[in-house]
Amino acid sequence: MVAQQLLNGLFLGAVYALFAVGYTLVFGVLDILNLAHAAIFTAAAFAAFSLAAAGVPLPLAFLIAAVVGGVLGILLDRVAFAPLRRRNAGTLVPLISSIGVAIIIGAVLRGIYGVDELHFVTGGRDAGTTIHLGPVTFTTVELTIFVAAVVLMLALSWVLRSTTLGRSIRAVAQDRIAATLLGVDLERTIAATFFIASSLGGAAGVLTGLEYNSVTLDMGSPIELKGLAIIILGGMGSVTGAVIGGFIIGAVETLAVAFGLSEWRDAITFGVMFIILVARPSGLFGKRALRQA
Amino acid sequence: MHALADFYARHSQLIDQVGINALLALSLSVSLQAGQLALAQAAFMGIAAYVTAILTLTYHWPLIATILVAVLVATLAGAALAYPVRRLRGVFLAIATIGFGEIVRVVANNVSITGGAEGMSGLPQDANTLTIYAALAVVALALFGLSRTKFALAVALVREDEHAARGVGVDVGTVRMLSLALGGAIAGLAGALYAHSSAFITPNDFGFERMEQILVWCVIGGVTSPLGAVLGATFLSVLPELIRFLADYREITNGIILLLVIVFAPGGLASLWRRGPIRVRV
Amino acid sequence: MLILENVGVRYGGVDALRGVSLIVERGRILGLIGPNGAGKTTLVNATTGLAPLASGSVRLDEQRVDGLAPHHIARIGIARTYQNIRLFGALDVRANLAAGAFTRPARLTGEEIRTLLERAGIEHVDPDAQASSLPYGDQRRLEIARALAASPSVLMLDEPAAGMNPSETARLVDTFRAIAASGIAVLLIEHDMTLVRAACDAVVVLNFGEVIARGTPSEVARDPVVVEAYLGTGAEALA
Repeated sequence: MVAQQLLNGLFLGAVYALFAVGYTLVFGVLDILNLAHAAIFTAAAFAAFSLAAAGVPLPLAFLIAAVVGGVLGILLDRVAFAPLRRRNAGTLVPLISSIGVAIIIGAVLRGIYGVDELHFVTGGRDAGTTIHLGPVTFTTVELTIFVAAVVLMLALSWVLRSTTLGRSIRAVAQDRIAATLLGVDLERTIAATFFIASSLGGAAGVLTGLEYNSVTLDMGSPIELKGLAIIILGGMGSVTGAVIGGFIIGAVETLAVAFGLSEWRDAITFGVMFIILVARPSGLFGKRALRQA
Repeated sequence: MHALADFYARHSQLIDQVGINALLALSLSVSLQAGQLALAQAAFMGIAAYVTAILTLTYHWPLIATILVAVLVATLAGAALAYPVRRLRGVFLAIATIGFGEIVRVVANNVSITGGAEGMSGLPQDANTLTIYAALAVVALALFGLSRTKFALAVALVREDEHAARGVGVDVGTVRMLSLALGGAIAGLAGALYAHSSAFITPNDFGFERMEQILVWCVIGGVTSPLGAVLGATFLSVLPELIRFLADYREITNGIILLLVIVFAPGGLASLWRRGPIRVRV
Repeated sequence: MLILENVGVRYGGVDALRGVSLIVERGRILGLIGPNGAGKTTLVNATTGLAPLASGSVRLDEQRVDGLAPHHIARIGIARTYQNIRLFGALDVRANLAAGAFTRPARLTGEEIRTLLERAGIEHVDPDAQASSLPYGDQRRLEIARALAASPSVLMLDEPAAGMNPSETARLVDTFRAIAASGIAVLLIEHDMTLVRAACDAVVVLNFGEVIARGTPSEVARDPVVVEAYLGTGAEALA
């Protein structure tokens, strides 16, 4: 029983982690909370739906949709954040800017797809073969989703650690001015960060849509705020923290449901976040100073 | 005169809404002026709305009494919230207060006294436009009065440089707590009036979506100016009506206008007026 | 007067200050010098309540001051300026002075504002000007005026001459002497030995968190221990 719950938590947490990583990447590099992240999550899910409906095989649709998410991220930066960077507008203003873009994306999606709930022809997690492995049961679809999420996170880790781009991103996150002095192309690095963060967020959207076999305009709402709780828990700007935080919250939620507290799970998630925030504001892995003063 | 009465009859709901939204924007601007990104106004609004609704429907208290108690409760909530978040700044504070809001929403969603997910209906709708705007006027007057006191100076100093503020003798912790409490009071007033002007209230009326809205009003209007907050709330509340003719393109136009204003006037609409340094008249 | 007795401050396992004792008397200017990282600013922070004491005590006259909250200490009458200017830049000059006078019950009159600006040597500055728009030297002096606005008993100046040219620095001497003469105990942290020699009645030398020498500016400049501490950081300037 416990093993099954833990497995469910693992599967859930993987997608949460994937989404949260996008938030934390942007915050780490730009000190901005990107409130359009959930909108891109949703947009990619719709894109995957359209591609699948047009006959594109699911794995390919997944990849293309993730790339669409990435491109949206670059556009988001160009339109909403880059102009403000030049004016040194602080951290509050870009937040509003991202809300504006989120509204626009939502409006466009509504215009194209309407307000109905859409379903993948291939079905969701229940469409896969059920596998029994000792005390636990899961479907092949669930497993695939989990593996996809993990693979993407590992790929991110590799990029950050072993590529020049990754090093540039980490340099800019640590000290923007020093990085520029060392020759890092700031704008290109920022664009790349948005591409990566948003494609991961988009991937999370596609995986979520597949998991529940449901693509709706408001599918991003539940995860939008949860993502914030996760990055606080894990530590702002820490990718490792976002991943671990995602799994922790996945576990917390699953356990809450198992104990019959399903309707309270959001409160529990935020309760946990609150306690962490108050006791250890830098989160589990955060290095960011909490005092801006 | 006839035309005026006609205009009012057709738009009274919007006019009431603008009044309440202006109060909400003012409540956030109080926190923002202290440099605190405390995004709990929607939660304070909700707490007050539910207190009012419960007192009205279950205990049949009169209007003014329910409003007073609701405002008191919201104020205390603000003061109480200040303690656990006292060391948090910037985005951390924002997320913590958003979290508080979510907890409040979930509680309201699951507790029988608040009617759960279905909320509370059958509310008397006995707060008319005069009441709402009288409340707005009282708050505006009170804030204006406050702006001439040492408290206003303390708030500005905490916003500009907390460290230096301590150095000149400002008790930063208390200032932050008071500004949160004041924000709670004003948001509570808005919430109580909201409950008395709506037929029903549900937990989702006071969630993150509402909070985002309030934040947008304040930043678009101009963060460090109460006038800006009211401007932003008015402009953005009225905007959907103004662009109603755009039908399906309303939402996207809303977003585009938001982007345009913020990118070309990051200081908000009020900054287009203000020239020179911020004057704190003490 | 301000009395530090055996003050110790620890930052993460390191003794930033150890056994520091000094006295700043009203009407006198005590200089605090030492190489970078010696603990001078830490000392000011400890006195103003921004850094907790690991040992020792800080007293203003009879009253024990260590352990109090920073804003409380400011209220009691200890004012300071900062190594990096910390004016309320977006506010105007008037508001900055009003900020300084925050702990005084009455509002600043126009007369008092003029006097403060005079005492700080910036009587030419427009009270309605934005603080951050002032030239660098005037900003430094505005910080001093702001500190004076509190009518403090103790004024701690943290490298007030940093970034100033020699003639501006020379003008500071008269400003400081007048401030001390008005009955305030002045602690002057400085690198510029010309200023220290001209303005200070006595000097305390800090190195690695400890007091290594005391005396008049000329005594201290000749002290071999001090010269050695400064070796590599322009010991010639001491001569």
